[in-house]
Amino acid sequence: MSAPTVGKAARPLPGRPREYQFPRFTRRRLSNGLELVVAPVTKLPIVTVAVVVDAGSVCDPPGREGTAQLTAKLLIEGTQASDGAELTERFERLGATIDAETDWDAAAITMTALAEHLPAAFDLLGEVLRTPAFRPREVARLKAERIAELLQLRAEPRGLADELFSRFLYRESSRYAHPEGGDERCVEAIEREHLMAFYETRYLPGGVSVIVAGDITADRAEELAHRAFGDWSRGTPPTVVGDDLPARMQRAVHIVAKPDAPQSELRIGHVGIPRNHPDFFPVNVMNAVLGGLFNSRINLNLREAHAYTYGAFSSFDWRRQAGPFVVSTAVKSDITHAAAREVLIEIDRIRAEAISPDELSLATSYLDGVFPIRFETTAAIAAALSVLVIHAMPDDYYDRYRERVRAITTEQILQAAQRYLHPEALQLVAVGDPAAVREPLAGLGFGPITVYDALGQPTT
Amino acid sequence: MRIPIETIRLPNGLFVTLSEDHTAPIVAVNLWYHVGSANERPGRTGFAHLFEHMLFQGSADVEANEHFELIQRAGGTLNGSTWLERTNYFETIPSNQLELAIWLEANRMGRLLPAMTQQKLDTQREVVMNERRWTMDNQPYGSWLEKLPALCFPPEHPFHHSLIGSMEDLAAASLDDVAQFFATYYTPDNAVLSVAGDFESAAALRLIERHFGDIPRGTGRPPLPDMSLPPIFGQWKREVSPDEIMLPRLFLAFRSPAFGTPEYFAASVCGAVLGLRNGSRLRRRLMRERQVAAEATAFTFDLAKGTDLLVVDVTARPGIAAEQLEQEVAYEIDAVLRDGIDAAEVERAVALVQTSFVSSMQQAGERADRLSLFATYFGAPELVNEEVERYQAVTVDDVNRFAHERLGENNRASLLYVPRDDAPGELVGAGVAAEEQ
Repeated sequence: MSAPTVGKAARPLPGRPREYQFPRFTRRRLSNGLELVVAPVTKLPIVTVAVVVDAGSVCDPPGREGTAQLTAKLLIEGTQASDGAELTERFERLGATIDAETDWDAAAITMTALAEHLPAAFDLLGEVLRTPAFRPREVARLKAERIAELLQLRAEPRGLADELFSRFLYRESSRYAHPEGGDERCVEAIEREHLMAFYETRYLPGGVSVIVAGDITADRAEELAHRAFGDWSRGTPPTVVGDDLPARMQRAVHIVAKPDAPQSELRIGHVGIPRNHPDFFPVNVMNAVLGGLFNSRINLNLREAHAYTYGAFSSFDWRRQAGPFVVSTAVKSDITHAAAREVLIEIDRIRAEAISPDELSLATSYLDGVFPIRFETTAAIAAALSVLVIHAMPDDYYDRYRERVRAITTEQILQAAQRYLHPEALQLVAVGDPAAVREPLAGLGFGPITVYDALGQPTT
Repeated sequence: MRIPIETIRLPNGLFVTLSEDHTAPIVAVNLWYHVGSANERPGRTGFAHLFEHMLFQGSADVEANEHFELIQRAGGTLNGSTWLERTNYFETIPSNQLELAIWLEANRMGRLLPAMTQQKLDTQREVVMNERRWTMDNQPYGSWLEKLPALCFPPEHPFHHSLIGSMEDLAAASLDDVAQFFATYYTPDNAVLSVAGDFESAAALRLIERHFGDIPRGTGRPPLPDMSLPPIFGQWKREVSPDEIMLPRLFLAFRSPAFGTPEYFAASVCGAVLGLRNGSRLRRRLMRERQVAAEATAFTFDLAKGTDLLVVDVTARPGIAAEQLEQEVAYEIDAVLRDGIDAAEVERAVALVQTSFVSSMQQAGERADRLSLFATYFGAPELVNEEVERYQAVTVDDVNRFAHERLGENNRASLLYVPRDDAPGELVGAGVAAEEQ
């Protein structure tokens, strides 16, 4: 309750909104099939180039999970002409940042440079994509760095909760059940020739989109792309369709033991829907109401009403196949069950009755209004165009985004909640102190409880 | 690149900076109060940050959490943050909503207290305690931000104590403290308001005068004690911290010149030479060549009062003991002193800093925040336009001079994290399972 002295002075009214368009862009193909997407943005003399390759982690060969990520990272660790140290030096002397990463659906080599250095940096980027060396020393080093990362994860509750949530969510044969970077056994099994074979199979112009956003014209970008990639011999990687089937159809509780932990990291959710699902928009707005914003139901309940947590939110992880829907929070150990109960109440509530028009307009006017703010930087524009490419979305997707958000109704939200939230299939993961959380969680009657160690091995 | 800047001081002391940019219909409003954890009194550590939370609990005309609701409904993003020397509040919104953000900030600067209740304080105290658990107590190495300043600044120095605060002090904070802190520090003459993006300066200034103009000036904030310290620690300070971690990690700090001084830029370039991105010395030597580190970076705290800290942060590879990690890092620092840094390393560092700066200036929120920073610490927002030039002016001799003065054994503070004797792997295995059966 607020103090009685709080009044309701008139809020300032907005002025007339100014037009905004997502940056115009062109899409072209080089003769070898490589796609070039260019969004000229002339605000500042800077350019981001993202080379998006159809070589995401779902393409990993079984037993060698982690291959896609290691391959991408090794591209910037040495070319035939330059070893890793020299290659890094050549980029950084130009002030160019270069990063290689993968997600489930694609690999992305992303570079940002001042416009004046772009031609030289662009040539280097071509060298990186075309002539990687996979030197044994660098392969061994990056494998060891991944092993170190896995070791660190065992003592890091947030990352551990995310990782094990996926493991418990998907069935064993799904790539999504295994860490993107691979576990220790898989990483040890990956040899240089596996990486080279993966590169030969998947890094082909027909599976590559070069996205350029920033202070450059489309024609000039094409010249640079032609110079860097034009004589790459044609070819297209085979299509890979991931397996997204859940491990369980019924609720279960998974406690990952971190004795004496002052807090529990909680993840509650189930397998969601793919990015290209026809109900993406209602589901996205529904999630904003449920847990996507600060003033969403879950955060107002867990943080502001109950003071259980510093923050609680929900999200759908959008992938080509069905990624997870998950509610994430961290709560004091002794109220873990109470916090979980409130999450269940909110999931049930949004499925039971229509949200208020006020809640709907908060979510839609936020998503509508914040749209231009999402694309202030060349990096953000390049990332948005990557999404377009990865999910084969139509060119007018961003132009139509705001009208589609505004058109959502409370009935559609209710339907989306009923169809795509599955209370009966929720998996609950708590990384925390079993001595403090197990009995109370049992009392909640959520589902059968298993306790695991930090490697995800059952101990009960 | 240069951004346009206009500066106005209202009669009540509010320092206003404006920077127009009409490329997108976006505007950022950014308010810095010149108060941080350094201004806390004994027994009230963490109060500046707890108070920041209270600023989202409503004001005379705004309900609790309505600030968030109104800004998000307008299509904006917002937050606040607390640091040792300042607290900031910021919104980025569609430009036709500028007045809403200005009104909200003015309402809580002018009329916060009527909305403050014991219940709100109790709730936010719990939220902050959970924040502490989340960022520090239940996070590997999370205590570094508390332990490193405590190691590097003498006990009586305002930068010594915890920013997030002790549980005990958080529990002791009262509504009276809220009222006093507000009256003392949240006054127009102790604040900078920056607006960057799509607006007309004259119109924005009218809005600012309308909503902030009648907020009375404060009675003056109590002066901070003398913040100056000798340029070096005078010894190698050491703390070893056993923690629930898998790999040793070293924070090696050097007392360094205060943010914004000419010598600061040499220190900052030295930090970039040592730890900015993959071509930096520590990554090249310790990760690529020696393969004793899993991660390496370097940064400055950017403290503008007294002295700053330059910090090298290196995590061991599995199998590398904490003592070896410390020796390896020290060897590289000694190599800098012995052989010097070369011109190519300085060029690389400055080129990356420049790209990063231009990249950040694409965002209205970053522009506004940077303007507020230079206005708050130096009364000179135009310094934002000199930043790149000041980095470019740093010579290799400047960096080596800095290294000789500040990187020696008489100016080091090691905070070394070591895994507790019983490996966490064993802890989470057998012991717990037995108990659970």
